[in-house]
Amino acid sequence: MRHIISILIENEAGALSRVAGLFSARGYNIESLTVAPTEDSSLSRMTLVTRGNDDIIEQITKQLNKLVDVVKLIDLAESAHIERELMMVKVKTSEATRAEIKRIADIFRGRIIDVTPMTFVIEMTGTSDKLDAFVKAIDETTIIEVVRSGATGICRGEKGLHL
Amino acid sequence: MGFIDHLIVNAEGNSVELNGAQILVQSLKDEGVEYIFGYPGGAVLHIYDAIFQQDDVKHILVRHEQGATHAADAYARATGKTGVVLVTSGPGATNAVTGIATAYMDSIPMVVISGQVPSPVIGSDAFQEVDMVGISRPCVKHNFLVKDVTKLAETIKKAFYVASTGRPGPVVVDVPKDITDPNIKVPYKYPRKVTMRSYNPAVEGHKGQIKKAVELLLSAQRPMIYSGGGVILGEASRELIELTRTLGYPITNTLMGLGAYPATDKQFIGMLGMHGTYEANMGMHESDVILAVGARFDDRVTGKLAEFCPYAKIIHIDVDPASISKTVKVDIPIVGQVKPVLTQMIEQIKESKKQPSKKALAAWWEQIDKWRSVQCLEYDRESPLIKPQYVIEQLYEVTKGDAYITSDVGQHQMYAAQYYHFDKPRRWINSGGLGTMGFGLPAAIGVKLAFPEADVACVTGEASIQMCIQELSTALQYKTPVKIINLNNRYMGMVRQWQEFSYESRYSHSYMDTLPDFVKLAEAYGHVGMLVENKADLRSALEEAFAMKDRTVFMDIITDRTENVYPMIESGKGHHDMKLRIAPGTPTDRELA
Ligand SMILES: Cc1cc2nc3c(=O)[nH]c(=O)nc-3n(C[C@H](O)[C@H](O)[C@H](O)COP(=O)(O)OP(=O)(O)OC[C@H]3O[C@@H](n4cnc5c(N)ncnc54)[C@H](O)[C@@H]3O)c2cc1C
Ligand SMILES: Cc1ncc(C[n+]2csc(CCOP(=O)(O)OP(=O)(O)O)c2C)c(N)n1
Ligand SMILES: [Mg+2]
Repeated sequence: MRHIISILIENEAGALSRVAGLFSARGYNIESLTVAPTEDSSLSRMTLVTRGNDDIIEQITKQLNKLVDVVKLIDLAESAHIERELMMVKVKTSEATRAEIKRIADIFRGRIIDVTPMTFVIEMTGTSDKLDAFVKAIDETTIIEVVRSGATGICRGEKGLHL
Repeated sequence: MGFIDHLIVNAEGNSVELNGAQILVQSLKDEGVEYIFGYPGGAVLHIYDAIFQQDDVKHILVRHEQGATHAADAYARATGKTGVVLVTSGPGATNAVTGIATAYMDSIPMVVISGQVPSPVIGSDAFQEVDMVGISRPCVKHNFLVKDVTKLAETIKKAFYVASTGRPGPVVVDVPKDITDPNIKVPYKYPRKVTMRSYNPAVEGHKGQIKKAVELLLSAQRPMIYSGGGVILGEASRELIELTRTLGYPITNTLMGLGAYPATDKQFIGMLGMHGTYEANMGMHESDVILAVGARFDDRVTGKLAEFCPYAKIIHIDVDPASISKTVKVDIPIVGQVKPVLTQMIEQIKESKKQPSKKALAAWWEQIDKWRSVQCLEYDRESPLIKPQYVIEQLYEVTKGDAYITSDVGQHQMYAAQYYHFDKPRRWINSGGLGTMGFGLPAAIGVKLAFPEADVACVTGEASIQMCIQELSTALQYKTPVKIINLNNRYMGMVRQWQEFSYESRYSHSYMDTLPDFVKLAEAYGHVGMLVENKADLRSALEEAFAMKDRTVFMDIITDRTENVYPMIESGKGHHDMKLRIAPGTPTDRELA
């Protein structure tokens, strides 16, 4: 199953490599990883997406917690949460295809943020599934570039990941 | 941060400013460090200069950085204190990696200070630069790169704190040369205590879990206590003994746990696992309730996972949650330090109205005694050749079972584990998790420094001993008279054994050709060398060697080169599927020959 794990980690040099190294050393699967500072400059927040059965996910969270720099973590899959990923897609356009691409982007609530005579850049946020669906919906041969941020997420309601 | 600071003050009561090198050495002193094992080089010269100007912290100059790590590691294993290593940048640091990984795999508290090129040139492929933080990351509990001399003392304190608490392990502190610049002085404060918001290892166990565990334990029909290195690391031997005696249950130890429970006690049924006893492995296999204490279900212990303990409910006490249900799913996990958890369990048992079933237990012991009667550790005592097992038995007698035994890796290590009956914790010093050849000799030196009055013997093989042989020189310099028991079978015996069993005796590169004359070699290093070729001479030779209290003696003992370690669970097999030397009732090899 797919899990989104959110981690608060000391904002120290090498913190990222500890997490990335753990995944490669133990052969855990890592689909995406995002890192950025938080409102507390001494902490970074990482969000990683991984897959595995319950036993593997349990080991992953235990091993992450064992890293001395990890302050706290939460497996978002365990409770109601909101997931978002940002994507930018550059597509080739022509007189004939512009309207159709615009129409599909609208359906997915995408925005066209750059236009040249030959291209569009479409910006979109949503769950990773939704972004996948959009990429499938447009003509594959028109895609020049797809850039995705990797998923991030937050718990619904009172629950959350903070000190 | 809430610590009582240790401030260096001068006669006027003003705090004294120290440079980074002095801060480092002073921090070690304030930490109570007795020995640093190290080797100098450019990046640590300022530190060496500071070491030169004091004599509270004693520096032991090894002959190779690997030796420093093993000696410090063994010092830690024997004393329970944190071992300390100092190496230079680049090759000094990389040479230390094998020893760091060795300590990591066996959860040994160690602080390794590595020099680094000056901060401004880090990343420029400077002379003797390696990314030590990066290289060591997968084999340390944690590591630090010091970026600011004012944080140096606190970083050293954190290193000791992390290394020695929770599940212990090695911590590397990488110190760029500019941090130890003699001209940059800052006020010195050594924190007596540190706290880290991201690091809070468990201590006490969960009461509810302990209660459940005790209930289950007391209802067992065929119980088994399986304890490991965690009991030694957690200083809980006394509690383990009390619990085991109170219950009257059989107990087995892992290789790392030997000595935590007295091997000569009747409730001890030997080591378990690949080269464990028949009774311990059969007992595990048939058991209905297993109490695992500070043990990590290593693959050498479990054998084929799918066939591991099919009838048992398992209770597991471990301070590291990641050790629990990692390879074997357990029924009642208890996260905590063994010592308080066992204490809580003992109390619970005493309070409980329930009693273990006397009838079931008697039947269980009867079964165990049947397995015992197979005498799986018997060997051909009549052989005219020197059997390695015989050497260990004689060593045990000559040292009255009271020596510190270090070992290398191979058959000799298994013989030492099987035939030297360790009655006390911290007496058996070996590399179990990484299985590092070369460990034994530097380890013996580390132990001897800690316990100068004790007998220290290094049980080794002619292949292993050559991996850190240069430390014979260290042994002379620091007058650490250890006894080297070289079980010389002219083979990498352990490798040869596997080739015999699994590769139709194709002994590919496992023959030790052109061996040195170990007697002369020992003498060249200023020690005593002894060659023992005849069985009849062994006892007196051992006695003679141990009588030489102030000399390091290298005993080159020519053993039966065809001997194998039995019993054995071959890889891919289960506990109940052991290869025995002699199937019950069949004639011995010699009788057949
Ligand atoms: C050639 C060779 C053959 C081997 N054959 C065997 C064999 O036949 N049988 C065998 O047993 N081993 C054998 N080994 C060793 C094996 O590889 C492992 O090193 C060993 O089994 C691990 O022992 P352990 O489970 O006690 O764990 P350790 O490595 O000692 O780990 C200790 C465990 O206790 C926990 N712990 C630490 N401190 C505490 C504390 N204070 N409180 C609570 N928990 C704590 C740790 O988190 C860890 O899970 C062999 C090794 C070699 C090199
Ligand atoms: C550094 C290292 N390299 C290789 C091995 C693999 N290995 C395990 S035992 C062994 C042979 C050891 O031979 P020896 O020291 O003579 O001991 P014996 O088995 O003969 O008693 C080898 C090569 C190892 N454990 N460590
Ligand atoms: Mg050999």
